[in-house]
Amino acid sequence: MSIPASATTELPGALAGARPRRPARWVRRLLRNPLSAAGASIVLLLVACALVPGLLAPFPEDAGPSVHFDRTYQPPGAVHWFGTDEVGRDIFSRTVFGARVSLLLVVAVLGIALGVGVPLGLAAGYWNGHWSSTGIMRVTDVFLAVPPLALALAVTAAFRPDLGSAMLAISFTWWPWFTRLVYGEVLSRREEPYVEAARALGQHDGVILFREILPNVVSPIVVKATLDVSFVILLGSGLAFLGVGAQEPTPDWGAMVARGRTFLPVHWWMSTMPGLAIFVAVMGFNLLGDALRDALDVWDQ
Amino acid sequence: MRDFLLRRLIQVVPTVLGLLVLIFIVSRVMPGDPVRLALGPEATKDQIAAYQEKLGLDRSLPAQFGHYVAGLLRGDLGESIRTYRDVRLDVRDFLPATVELVTTALVVAVCLGVPFGILSATYPNTWVDNLSRLVAVPGVALPRFWVGILLQVGLAYQLGLFPIVGRASRPPQAITGLLLLDATLTGDGAAFVDAARHLALPALTLALPTLAQVARLTRAAMIDVFRRPFMLVHAAYGVPPRRLVWRYGLRNGLTSVLTLVGMTYGALIENAFLVEVVFSWPGLSAYGAAAVLAKDFNAVVGVTLVVGLSFVLANVLVDLLYGYVDPRIRYN
Repeated sequence: MSIPASATTELPGALAGARPRRPARWVRRLLRNPLSAAGASIVLLLVACALVPGLLAPFPEDAGPSVHFDRTYQPPGAVHWFGTDEVGRDIFSRTVFGARVSLLLVVAVLGIALGVGVPLGLAAGYWNGHWSSTGIMRVTDVFLAVPPLALALAVTAAFRPDLGSAMLAISFTWWPWFTRLVYGEVLSRREEPYVEAARALGQHDGVILFREILPNVVSPIVVKATLDVSFVILLGSGLAFLGVGAQEPTPDWGAMVARGRTFLPVHWWMSTMPGLAIFVAVMGFNLLGDALRDALDVWDQ
Repeated sequence: MRDFLLRRLIQVVPTVLGLLVLIFIVSRVMPGDPVRLALGPEATKDQIAAYQEKLGLDRSLPAQFGHYVAGLLRGDLGESIRTYRDVRLDVRDFLPATVELVTTALVVAVCLGVPFGILSATYPNTWVDNLSRLVAVPGVALPRFWVGILLQVGLAYQLGLFPIVGRASRPPQAITGLLLLDATLTGDGAAFVDAARHLALPALTLALPTLAQVARLTRAAMIDVFRRPFMLVHAAYGVPPRRLVWRYGLRNGLTSVLTLVGMTYGALIENAFLVEVVFSWPGLSAYGAAAVLAKDFNAVVGVTLVVGLSFVLANVLVDLLYGYVDPRIRYN
C-alpha cells in the first residue's frame, strides 16, 4: 500500500503522529530543534576536521615538527586565530589536527568496548542463572567499582604513555558499562512473545539472540554510545593532560593544554584555545546525544 | 535496618576480592618489568634475581597473589621506587588532602545543585529554570583541568583573590590532616581562613561540572515526581505548595538524586587526579599521577586500591541512605 507524498504532508497533526516512524522524520525533527542542530553541526565540523585537516588548517605543516622562530608567542589575531606557541606553530592549525586524535580515540575505544561488552551482555542476559552469566556479571561489577580514570592510569603504568596505551586503557574500563546495559535490556526482552515464538519454532539460540533480541536492544546501545563519546573525549583529554596520550609533535588537545600551562599567565592562549576545543567538542556530542535519545525514545511519545 | 546493613556488607566481599584480583592482574601480569625499572639498565643478572626474590616475583602467580593479599592484610603496601618510603606512609600523608578536596566539592555540588534543580522543576520555563539550564547544559561539558586553569589565571593571577597553588601557607597543628577540621579543633581562626582560601578554587573547579549534572538530574527527577497522582491528591487536599514540594516531592525524588550522588563521588575522586595536578594540591591523586609516569608500581597499586575501596564504600553508604529515605528498599 502506498500513499502519495502530497497526501501524507496534508495529514492533520494527530494522525501524522500515529503513522509508523521513519528515519527521515526523526532526522528532520532532530534538526528542527536549534540546540540539536547546533550539536549536529559541531559534530559534522569535527568529523571534517578529523578527515581532511589539511584542507581546513591554514598552516598544515605546523601539525608536525616545524619551527618558526620569527613568529613565536603571537597572541590571537587575524593571521593566527588562536595565536602561536613557543616555537611559532599556529595553534589553530594544531587544534584542527587535534580533532583527528580525539575522534580516533573515540572510535577505537567505543569499537573495542562495544565489541567486547555487547556480546558478553547478550550472553549473560540470555543465559541468566547459568554460572557463566553470573561470572560475567560479577566481573562486570568489579570493573564498575573502580573509577575509570584511576584504572586507566594504572593500566597505562604498564605501557609506554602513548596514544595506543590510552586507547587500550580506556577500552579496558569501558566495556562493562555496555555489558551491564545490554544485560538489563536482554533480561526484559527474552520472555517476550516474539522470542518465545522463535524458540517454539526451534530456532538456534544464536539466531534468536542476534536476529530477534539484538535488533530490539540496538536503540539504547546507540544512545549510550553517542552520550559516551563526550565522556571518552573528556577522559582521553584528561589522560593526555597527565601525559598519557599522543606524544609531541602530534597535536593532542589535552597535551596542548598541559604544555601551555608552563607559559601562563602571560601567554594564556596556549592553554585556553585547545581547552576551548575540548569544551566545544564535548558540548556538540552532548547536544547530539540528548537529541538522539529523545528522537529514538519510543516510550516518550 | 541492621539486617539490611549486614546483607549489604556481605555483598561487598566478592567485589573487594575482585578488585584485589583486578589490581593484581594490572600490576603483575601486564607487560612492563618493574625490576628493570627499579634497578635501571646497568643491573647485573644476580642483582635482578636478588631483587626479584625480594619482591617475590620468582614465585608462581597464585603464590604471589597470596603473598600480596597477606601483605595487604598486614597493611603492607610495599616500598615506593620514587619516594623510597613505605607506600602506606605516603598514602597516610597524602590521603587527607584528597578527602578534604573531594568532600568539599561534593558538599558544594549537592548543596547548590539540588536546590537549583528543585527550583527549576518547581518553576519550569521561568527565569530561574532558564538560568539554571543555561549553566547546566554547558557545565557538564567543561573539562575540569581547563576550568581550573581559567580560574587560576583569572581569579588568582589577575585579580589576586585566591592563592595560586598549594594547600596552606600556614597549616594548623596537625590532628586529622584535614586542615579545616584541624583549624576548627584547635580554634585557629587565621589558619582556617588560610586553608579555606586555598581550598576554594580547587573545590569549585572539581564541583562545577558535577553541580551542573546534579541540578539537571534533580530537575528531571522532580518533574517526574510532580506528575505522579499522589502529588495531585495532596494538592487537591490543600497541602501548601511549599510543603508539597519540599516534603512530599523531595522525599520521593531523592532516591534518584542519591544514586547520582553515589556515581558523582566516583567522578569526583577520579577528576581529583586532574584538579590536584593543576593546583599543585598535595593529595593522593597527584601522587598517583606522578607514580604512573615514574612506573612506581607499588604506589600505583596502593592508590588504585584506596580509590577503589573508597568508591565501593561510598556505594554501600548510598545504599544505606536509600534504606533510610525509602523504607520499601529496606524491607525488600
